[in-house]
Amino acid sequence: MDGMMAEAAFIDIGGLDDIPLRGARTVATAHGTIAVFRTGDDAVFALRDSCPHRGGPISHGIVHGHGVTCPLHGWVFSLESGAALGEDAPCIARFRTRIEGRRILLDIAGPILAA
Amino acid sequence: MDGSNLPRPRLVVIGNGMAGMRTVEEILALAPGYFDITVFGGEAQPNYDRIMLSPLLAGGKRFADIVLNDYDWYEANNIRLIAGEHVDWVDRKNRLVRGAKGSEVPYDMLLLATGSNPFVLPVPGADKAGVLTFRTVADVEDMLAVVKQGTRTVVIGGGLLGLEAAHGLNLRGADVTVIHLMPTLMERQLDASAAHLLERALTRRGMTILTATETAAFEGDQAVTAVRLKDGTQIPAELVVMAVGIRPNAGLARAIGLACNRGVLVDDWMRTSDPAIFAIGECVEHNGQVFGLVAPIWDMAKIAAKTMVGAPAPGFTPVASVTRLKVSGVDMVSAGAFMGDATTDDIVLRDAARGIYKRLVLRENRIVGMVCIGDASDAAWHFQLMKDETDIEAFRDTVIFGPVSDDAADPDAAVLALPDSAEICGCNGVCKGTITASITAMGLTTLDAVRARTKASSSCGSCTGLVEALLKSALGAAYAPVAVKPMCKCTTLPHDEVRRRITGGALKTIPAVMQALEWQTPDGCAACRPALNYYLICAWPGEYVDDAQSRFVNERMHANIQKDGTFSVVPRMWGGLTNSRELRAIADVVDKYSIPEVKITGGQRIDMLGVKREDLTAVWRDLNAAGLVSGHAYGKALRTVKTCVGSEWCRFGTQNSTAMGVALERMSWGSWTPHKFKMAVSGCPRNCAESSIKDFGVIATDAGWDLMVGGNGGIKLRGTDMLCKVTTDAEVMEYCAAFMQLYREEARYLERTAPWIERVGIEYVRQRIVEDHAGRGALWARFHHAQRFAQIDPWAEQSTAPEPAQYSHVAELV
Ligand code: SRM
Ligand SMILES: Cc1cc2nc3c(=O)[nH]c(=O)nc-3n(C[C@H](O)[C@H](O)[C@H](O)COP(=O)(O)OP(=O)(O)OC[C@H]3O[C@@H](n4cnc5c(N)ncnc54)[C@H](O)[C@@H]3O)c2cc1C
Ligand code: SF4
Ligand code: FES
Repeated sequence: MDGMMAEAAFIDIGGLDDIPLRGARTVATAHGTIAVFRTGDDAVFALRDSCPHRGGPISHGIVHGHGVTCPLHGWVFSLESGAALGEDAPCIARFRTRIEGRRILLDIAGPILAA
Repeated sequence: MDGSNLPRPRLVVIGNGMAGMRTVEEILALAPGYFDITVFGGEAQPNYDRIMLSPLLAGGKRFADIVLNDYDWYEANNIRLIAGEHVDWVDRKNRLVRGAKGSEVPYDMLLLATGSNPFVLPVPGADKAGVLTFRTVADVEDMLAVVKQGTRTVVIGGGLLGLEAAHGLNLRGADVTVIHLMPTLMERQLDASAAHLLERALTRRGMTILTATETAAFEGDQAVTAVRLKDGTQIPAELVVMAVGIRPNAGLARAIGLACNRGVLVDDWMRTSDPAIFAIGECVEHNGQVFGLVAPIWDMAKIAAKTMVGAPAPGFTPVASVTRLKVSGVDMVSAGAFMGDATTDDIVLRDAARGIYKRLVLRENRIVGMVCIGDASDAAWHFQLMKDETDIEAFRDTVIFGPVSDDAADPDAAVLALPDSAEICGCNGVCKGTITASITAMGLTTLDAVRARTKASSSCGSCTGLVEALLKSALGAAYAPVAVKPMCKCTTLPHDEVRRRITGGALKTIPAVMQALEWQTPDGCAACRPALNYYLICAWPGEYVDDAQSRFVNERMHANIQKDGTFSVVPRMWGGLTNSRELRAIADVVDKYSIPEVKITGGQRIDMLGVKREDLTAVWRDLNAAGLVSGHAYGKALRTVKTCVGSEWCRFGTQNSTAMGVALERMSWGSWTPHKFKMAVSGCPRNCAESSIKDFGVIATDAGWDLMVGGNGGIKLRGTDMLCKVTTDAEVMEYCAAFMQLYREEARYLERTAPWIERVGIEYVRQRIVEDHAGRGALWARFHHAQRFAQIDPWAEQSTAPEPAQYSHVAELV
């Protein structure tokens, strides 16, 4: 359940300006590669960098609003929920992020579990 | 009987220009058939829009686009046109007009509309070949005959005309220097701050601007070779364009004894000192004033027409006119008493970083003058406030920010609130009343019909929204805009309309497009953003700053993404040629970065597959070192130019197809296109390079080359259409550049040449590329202009950039 993770482990992964506006960068972690997105309104989201369709790197997709389009076959995902819009597919695992000043902190303790 | 046996009064018009024909149009509208009309025109062409000579020079228009009344119009209205014959005498006693080639035409009423003459500086050498003025279509043709890539050109005069000429020639590839006598550009329209921004913008476009500089002489034997300045400096020049001012062309009027001062003197109804003779346009002087813009001329035409057919008319009072720069790529508008004086105050908005400066000059809370540069989006509104002498006290605090700050934010309501006299279409001088009247009188129901009838919105299209609002209000629910497929779910506008408004509205960034065209999502989607990015690159070469985040991953990474998230790398092999040095470099790269697969592509080059993201920049650096550059296998761009061995080796080859392929690839690499663009050149009709399934295919014949277009070997097989046959290599290059540019400018994003040609028809493409010689030249010029900014190897750029972030993790936590 959400919030039931034992220990949150927020780690400073870089500055907001290290990620292009409407773009993403990746972080190598024990949970695999995580894509960290920065949207047009400067919100930050972190999702596992692997599309449930055929494993496409969503970090390379085009970011629009709070969504991203997978570069391989064009599936669209909500960055807020990880859900695929209009596809019957499992959500992409999400990770918590926090902004302090202009630094980005990522919780690498583990993904947010579905409620 | 229709009374045709009664002799109709004979009207002779001298001057087939803008003023003369506008008056004739007004007469025909008021009293069709009233006069028996003859028109003498010193120029050989039918009546055209002189204002549009600037885009004609710049290559944005063709002559056919700027004709106002074609020969059919004269015929349909029973007007006798004597084009290309100068009138050199009027016998006022016997009421007879005499042309220089011997035509003699009697008149009952005479209209002088002889316009102006460009002023020629009285300095030594002004008569040398290559020293031109900028007034007529013949002048433009003379310039285009001389100007080529790199032609050294001096424009004398930094006023409106001079700068439009300079910009047009710059776009044609000339190396342009502007010499201006005064310390700042356009001093009659701009204050020093605005002039400074303008100078900066033009310098950025590659022009050299010399202010406070005076010309002493033109050097050269027969043809000009240099301009000598007062301080002795010589500026080499093969072409000189003088745009230092105009003088009313009143020579004929003076010779026949009409009262003249600077121009032909007229009263408030455009009557000269001879009651049978009217005069109008730039040749006249009214109340001590002479004219150089069309707005007052349209008013004169109305008044003269009424008076000539005996209808009552209010007397002429000149209204303020507005000056705008049309083609320099810089938005600039000025009107009224923009300099201000002791009795005025100013409201100024300055954003130097974005190159924006706006200044309103107020006297007792009324706008009496304005200047704006960099952003002219509110200029029409400000100008209307100025013309109406609106008291702005209530919104003085916000007036500089434009009407958005006003409560009436609904743009439709704003148009409906304008008076009938408000100008809607600036390009063609059409006001609101004319549009609404034509909609009702002629039962117009579509935008195209309004464009055809009134010319409103038919030039740059930036007033399309206003015209549609008028249609909507006139027709109510009956107004059904032609159903069009919107570009994507973020907008209701189709591709073509979005493009039209990008150029027409001078929209230069994706946010500006989304703002102006009322996008329904905050920042678009994966379909519209790449399309807009392309349309902006195509519209504003050298100016638009590419938005990497609006590009599909391949174009952002300059490599093709593979199904496992690795990339493939395909270097360019010009015309399919390679050599041991390149092959060795490829072999070394494959070993050094453990690239799992190497394959010969279907496009005659080598693909290295499975390159890791983090190795990309290093791979490119190594390939660059051996002279290999990006092959754009990932781009909506020029891909490959396939060739066969041709006449150099093959026993059947008739031309050197390999060399031709290399030349075409050298010319066109780096070009961004709506979809990928492929070419091939075969050395004989056996067609081993498969030219007949390429976007642009070339096949050698004994006599020269066959040029074929619109082929596609992909999902839906389509053989090429024959474009034309040419004889020289230079023609192949020229037609190819022109064709690519037409495709770049007119096809929709992600439309290959094959479906595009199916949509517009090969006849249309032939007409634009083969039949319209001037148009082909203009397309060619725009292609080469764009290439100046496109031919940068992205691999070299990325691998030498300080921190090409997208190729690495932002953090590694394992
Ligand atoms: C590598 C290559 C296959 C090969 O190993 O030979 C290839 C590979 C791909 N082709 Fe192709 N095409 C290749 C030559 C062709 C050709 C043959 C040619 O160019 O002479 C054609 C048919 C000719 C044509 O375009 O008219 C061709 C028709 C397509 C199409 C269908 C296009 C169409 O208009 O119907 C696609 C799909 C698309 O572009 O949307 C496509 C798309 C692709 C993509 C880009 C698919 C993708 O989006 O990932 C493949 C990328 C692989 C990679 O990462 O390198 N490829 N592709 C060839 C690269 C040529 C080069 O040197 O650049
Ligand atoms: C490049 C350029 C850009 C311009 N841009 C703008 C702009 O943006 N906005 C604006 O408001 N104005 C602009 N103008 C000015 C505008 O074009 C003129 O104000 C307008 O054309 C004047 O109309 P006119 O009929 O008086 O003269 P013209 O249009 O010059 O017509 C006069 C005609 O009379 C003919 N003629 C002269 N003498 C004789 C004779 N004896 N016998 C027979 N024919 C004769 C000439 O050949 C000519 O065709 C521009 C002008 C130029 C050259
Ligand atoms: S034909 Fe082209 S797109 Fe299809 S699998 Fe082969 S390379 Fe890929
Ligand atoms: S892998 Fe993402 S859409 Fe296919």
